[in-house]
Order: sequence, then structure tokens, then C-alpha cells
Amino acid sequence: MVEFFAERFNYAVVIILMMTGLYVVFSSSNLVKKLVGLSVFQTSVFLLYISVGKVAGGRPPIVEPPHHGEGEAVTGAAAATAEAGHGAETEALVGAEPSHGAEAAHGADAAHGLAPTAPAPAPAGFGGDIPAPDHMTPDGVLDAVYSNPLPHVLILTAIVVGVATLAVGLALVVRIRETYGGIEEDELHQGDLGAERA
Amino acid sequence: MNSHIVLKVASKVLIPLIVVFGLYVQFHGDFGAGGGFQAGVIVAVAVILYALVFGLEEARRAVPPAVAKIGAALGVVIYAGVGIVSIALGGNYLDYFVIPGGQHIGVLLVEIGVLLTVASVMLLIFYAFAGRAREIPDEEW
Amino acid sequence: MTPEIAFLPGWLVQHAPPLLVVTPLIAGVIAAVLPSARASWGIVLAITFFAAAMASFIAMQVMEVGVWSYALGSWAPPLGIEYRIDGLNAGMLLLVAVIGFLCAIYAPASVEAEVAPENRSAFYGAFLICFAGLLGVAITGDAFNVFVFLEISSISTYALVAMGAGRDRRALTASYNYLIMGTIGATFFVIGVGFLYMATGTLNMADIADRLQGLEGDRTVQAGFAFIVVGLGLKLAMYPLHSWLPNAYSYAPTLVTAFLAATATKVAFYTLIRFVFGVFDPGFGFAGLSMIWLIAPLAAAGMVVASFQAVFQSDVRRLFAYSSVAQVGYMLLGVGLGTAAGMSASFLHLFNHALMKGTVFLALGAMWLGFGVTRITDLRGMGRTMPYTSAAFVIGGLSLVGVPGTAGFVSKWALLVACLDRGWWWAVLALGAASVLAFFYVGRVLEMMYLREPPQHDGHAVTRSPAPLAALAPMWILAAANLVFGIWADIPVRLANAAAAAVLGSAP
Repeated sequence: MVEFFAERFNYAVVIILMMTGLYVVFSSSNLVKKLVGLSVFQTSVFLLYISVGKVAGGRPPIVEPPHHGEGEAVTGAAAATAEAGHGAETEALVGAEPSHGAEAAHGADAAHGLAPTAPAPAPAGFGGDIPAPDHMTPDGVLDAVYSNPLPHVLILTAIVVGVATLAVGLALVVRIRETYGGIEEDELHQGDLGAERA
Repeated sequence: MNSHIVLKVASKVLIPLIVVFGLYVQFHGDFGAGGGFQAGVIVAVAVILYALVFGLEEARRAVPPAVAKIGAALGVVIYAGVGIVSIALGGNYLDYFVIPGGQHIGVLLVEIGVLLTVASVMLLIFYAFAGRAREIPDEEW
Repeated sequence: MTPEIAFLPGWLVQHAPPLLVVTPLIAGVIAAVLPSARASWGIVLAITFFAAAMASFIAMQVMEVGVWSYALGSWAPPLGIEYRIDGLNAGMLLLVAVIGFLCAIYAPASVEAEVAPENRSAFYGAFLICFAGLLGVAITGDAFNVFVFLEISSISTYALVAMGAGRDRRALTASYNYLIMGTIGATFFVIGVGFLYMATGTLNMADIADRLQGLEGDRTVQAGFAFIVVGLGLKLAMYPLHSWLPNAYSYAPTLVTAFLAATATKVAFYTLIRFVFGVFDPGFGFAGLSMIWLIAPLAAAGMVVASFQAVFQSDVRRLFAYSSVAQVGYMLLGVGLGTAAGMSASFLHLFNHALMKGTVFLALGAMWLGFGVTRITDLRGMGRTMPYTSAAFVIGGLSLVGVPGTAGFVSKWALLVACLDRGWWWAVLALGAASVLAFFYVGRVLEMMYLREPPQHDGHAVTRSPAPLAALAPMWILAAANLVFGIWADIPVRLANAAAAAVLGSAP
């Protein structure tokens, strides 16, 4: 029993944060506290995604340069994984056969060919002159285990959305305080009822 | 006005370093952790520090809100413009591989757009909130 | 996909899907920083017209050729983000773009009366970004992308609603509540997408659907389904989750109310359908069961209860906001039936409801501009003081009740037939009850407008004061559409059938 939960402690943290956040949103009558609750609630989702992206024993998903001074190849690989690799599977990262042979020696394409059903993207203009990084066997299989970078990219976007929401929310609270003179929900109700009667 | 001389001198030394560090994070995004979002926030922090130490008015003179507004719009236009350029060069939208210089240049341009927008928007949010509060007089520090 | 229409330049045709979303986005940020509100409005008008033209082109193309898939950045799906247009969302794109254009015509009249001068450019910018976000939700085939666009449109909507504060300060609290509920909804949606990603390892909706085959009993998938339905239910104001809607609609600027009522909830509704039927297979035990035992009964309850609440409102826009909640119930009922006929009726009602609510809210906006009307009693004698506006309002209102000859009748009839086919007598009963209640609440307003004397002002009856042309033109286009589609329902029925076919898996 203890083992069962210990193995899944990340979900426990997520659930506790999620419920705390939602509870604060619904129970508190202070508008700023509600926004705090909302932020906690959103943060729990960020944690959920990121803990899903972790592969046991995986290294950070940064392809090391083969030797110094050849950063170009790395650029391609890291960026391709981050920007366009929507859908690379967690499990598939462990030694999956890239779906295309010759070009797979290439950092970016290897990172990319990981999802089993991937039709070779190979967009036009993709130069084939970049040498393969060291840690790749000649037939193009990664010999290291990487964590899945995709959830991180998604959460980066979600964080930005969260920041925007928080900024708009706080701006509204500032305006509400300036107009109503308070940020407690019942005060606002009283104020509106008074205005209605007047 | 001479009351926080240590703070002022220290932050004058720090602010350029913060901006340089922001640029480092920006361009290091090519090789490892980093990128436009993080860099944008760091660059904005430099200006926010300036505003905290030298006052909001000084900061508004250094980086006027109107400039920040245009920067925010410009960043989005650069990002989307890269996409339009790639269409003009015969690829799909945001196809970095048709851009001269390939994916490297494409991602770099897009990240510069992100840097501009994030830095400007962070700054605008700061100005918007800070402008509502009363200035803290020197004696109350 | 080979372009066939020659009068457009080739690149424009080939890249229509991303350009449809990106041009409003770029134009939105530019409009927001322009110093002159007039110039911003010019941009809004030009871009929404462009989008409407593009959307009609895309719709024609999809009707003729079939599914149009566009790979962003040339990363082939399912790895890259895919814009995927089929019979289901082609109609949605067209609806959003056309309504956006009509609202843009009306915009300056509303903005100059309701928005502070220093906020006007920002208002137009937010309007365009909201427009781009709604188009993006409708066009994308990527589950996480849906969330991003949903929030782009929602966050700009919060700002737009709050701009009504110049007229009534309650716009601020309405916008705040909308923000809280909308963000909870969006976060629930993201949690659901996360569960799907855990179960399938992909974010492309078509790909998720493929990989969900055989995962029927998987609890991760079931939890994902629940989160997505509740999250989107909040966004589309599904009956017990609708509490944000009446205030947001009553206190937003009149332009924003008309635009939101006709598009925002519709797009969220589309997304729900896309997920429930396009991603989860309703043949799945739990998805099908939740349709029959959860969505359909809630829809019926929402229809009756919200209509009942509408009857007792004193604020006229609030009345029609409750009516919107009830109409969402009609649409959900059609979906809950789970048959092709029900789905088609539901989509037909979606289009028609956009037309009628567009007409009604534009007319109410014009009346507010003319006389500052907010309460039902303010409408006394409006039939004489604003005859053209009132006539358009009558058409919209009758369509809402479902009088034969109007668009509302066509879709309600289709829904009724679909319910009878399924043998759901209780649903027929709820439909009837809701229609009777609609007759009462619309009738109450019409009685006030036509059977009462205009109010006295300084001892004289208030004189005629027709609305400006910029307000009348879009209103009458929508009102005419209500009549035309009530008699020749060919085009909307074709679109709705294509949508139902696309959803239920047969060729469009």
C-alpha cells in the first residue's frame, strides 16, 4: 500500500495542489485570493504534464555536440525536438528504429523519426552535410535514454497563458477596487444592490 | 536624492550585466536550455530594477511605454512574418528549411520575436500596475 | 491539394488555412498600437472581410474536394501541428468569419458610444485577436493547439467584456467571474488532453482517435473524457455550468454581446463535438452512455429551466442571455441523440441560432444607442420610435420562438423529428415546453414594443429616431438570412448534413 503511493507520489502532489487551488477559488471571497487559488490550480497541471514527460533514467533531452565547434548539428536536433516534435512518444524514445535510413544519421531527423508512425518529414532544403553526433550508433539509433521534451514545451506555452490570465485578472481586480472601493465579494454585492435601489 | 547611493551604484553595475545575461540565455537557446521566453523576462527585469531604484518616471523616460507597446507588436509581427516569408519562398507556413540559412536562422528570428514581445509585455504589465500605486517617498524606505 | 479557383493568386489559395488565422492575429497587434481608432477600425473591417472571403473559399473547396490538411512548418502530421478542415469545421469557419465581418460594420457606432477614447484602438486589437483565436480553435487538428487558441480568444474576450465598464461598472465583476470560470474550464480541458496524451502519446486529434481503438476500458481515457466534457461545458455554458454567461452578456459592450452570442459559445460547442465524436468513439460504452444519461437530460433540463428564468428577467439583454443558455440545450439535445439526424439538426440549430441571436443582440444594441434601453420597460413604444430596428428584432424573436417561415422553425422541426425517430417522448415534451416559454418571453418584449405608448419626455411623446445605417445594415442582413433560410433551407441543411457526416465517419 505504502509502496503503491510512494511510486506515485508525483500524482499525490498534483492532486493535493489541484484540490487546494480549486477549494481556494470557490471558498474565498477575496478576489485576489481567488486568483491565487487559480494559479495554484494551474500549477498543479504544469506538474502533472512535466512528471509525465520524465523517463526513468533519462538524460535531459539535449543532444551533446560531437566535438567542440560543431554546434550547428546540435541546434538542428534540439530545436527540431522542441519545436516540431509534437507527438514523440515517451516509450518510443528508448531505441526506436527511425523510419528512414540514410538521413537518419542526422541529428534532427533521428530525434524526429522516433514516433513509430512518423512519415519521414525531410523538408526541402535540409542539408545532409552535418556529421552524426557521437552518441549515435552508425545505423542512427540513439544510445542514450532521454526524457520526453514535448511536455516541457507544452507547459512553457501553458505557463505563458497562465501569466496572461493572471495579468488580466489582476488588472480587473485593480479596476474593481478603483470603482467599488473594495475587493471582497459581499462588499461588491452590497455596492451593486445599493446602486440598483438608488 | 543621495540617500540610496549604494543601491544606485550597485544597480548601475548590475543592469548591463543582467541585459547581457538575458542575451546569453537568448542565444544559448540554440545549444541547450534557454530561449526567447526566459531571455525576455530577464531583459524586462533589468528595466524593472531600474524603475525600482531610480523611480518609475525615470524608467518611463528610459523605455517609454509607447516604445514597449510597439516592441510587443513588432515581436509578434517578426514571428508571424517569418512564417509569411517562408510561404513567399515556396514552403509551408513557418517552414524554416526554405529560409536562407535553414532552420538555424529561422528559429533564431522567431526567438528574437519572442524576446521582443515577452520583454515588452512584461514591462507593460509592470508599468500598468506600478502606475496605479502611489510612489513611495524616500523617507519610507 | 490542387487549387482550382483561378481568380485568386496561387500562393493565397495554397496557404489559405494558416493565412486565415495569422492575418487577423498580425493585424490585431498592429491595430492595438495604432494611434487612431478610425485607422484601427479600417484594419478590422478589411481583415474580417478578407477572412470571410477566405473562409467561403475554403468551405467551397472542402465541399468539392473533401478534407483539406495543411502541415504547419512542413512537419507532416501526426508529428507536426496540422490544420485540418473537413465538413464539420468548414461551416464553423464560415460562420465565425461572416459574423465577425458583420459585427465589424457595426463596430464604430457601438465603440464610439461605449468605449473610452484611449481604449478604442486596444478594443479593436482585442476584437481581432479574439476573432483569430476563434478561427484557430475551429481550424486546428491538434488537441493542445485547441487549448492555446481557446485561451487566446478567451483572454481577449475578458478584456472586451470589461470594456463595458464605461456604461455599467458591473461589467468588471462580470468579466472577473467569466475569467475565473473560463480559466477553470480551460484548465480542466488541458488536464483532459494531458490524460489523452498519457494514454496515446500523441496530440493530433485524428491520430488520438486511431490509437484510442481498443483502449475502451482504460481509466486514463475515461478520466480524460470527463475532464474534457466538463471543461468545454464551462466554455459553452452547458446548463449547470452557465453561471458566468448572463452577466457577461448583459454588461459587455453591445457589439461584444452580439459577437460572442453568435460565435464564442458556438465554437466551444464545435470543439465539444469534435472531441466527443471525432476523438472518442461514441460507440465506446462510456462516451455513448454519458451522452444518453448525462448530456441529453442536462440539455433538456437546461432548455426548460433557463427558458423559465428568462421569462422573469427585467433586463432585456439578460433575458436573451438566459435564452442563449436554453438554446445551447437544444443543440446539446441533438448531439445527445447520437443519431445522424440529431447531429444534423443540432448543427442546423447552431447556425440558425447564431443568425437569430446576432439579429436580436444587434437590434438591442441599436436600441441602446438610440435610447439607452436596458430594461424591458424601457422598450415601450419602440415599434413606433425605431420602426426598422424593431422589425428586424421581431424577425429574430419569431425565429427564436420557431414560427414557421423562419430559420428557427426549420431547425426546431428537424430536432423534433430526430427526437421522434429515437422515440424520446420526454425530449419532445421538453422541446414543446421550452418553445412555449420562448413564446412568453419574446411575446413579453414584443407586447412592450408594439402595444404600449412611447414614453413621455418633457410632456411630448418621444419621436422617431432611426438607428444609423451602420447598425441597420448588418442587422437586416442577419434578419433577412433568418427569413431566407427559413424558406430555402438548402445551404444550411447541406452544411449541417456535411458536418454530421464528417462527425459520424461517412464521407462528407
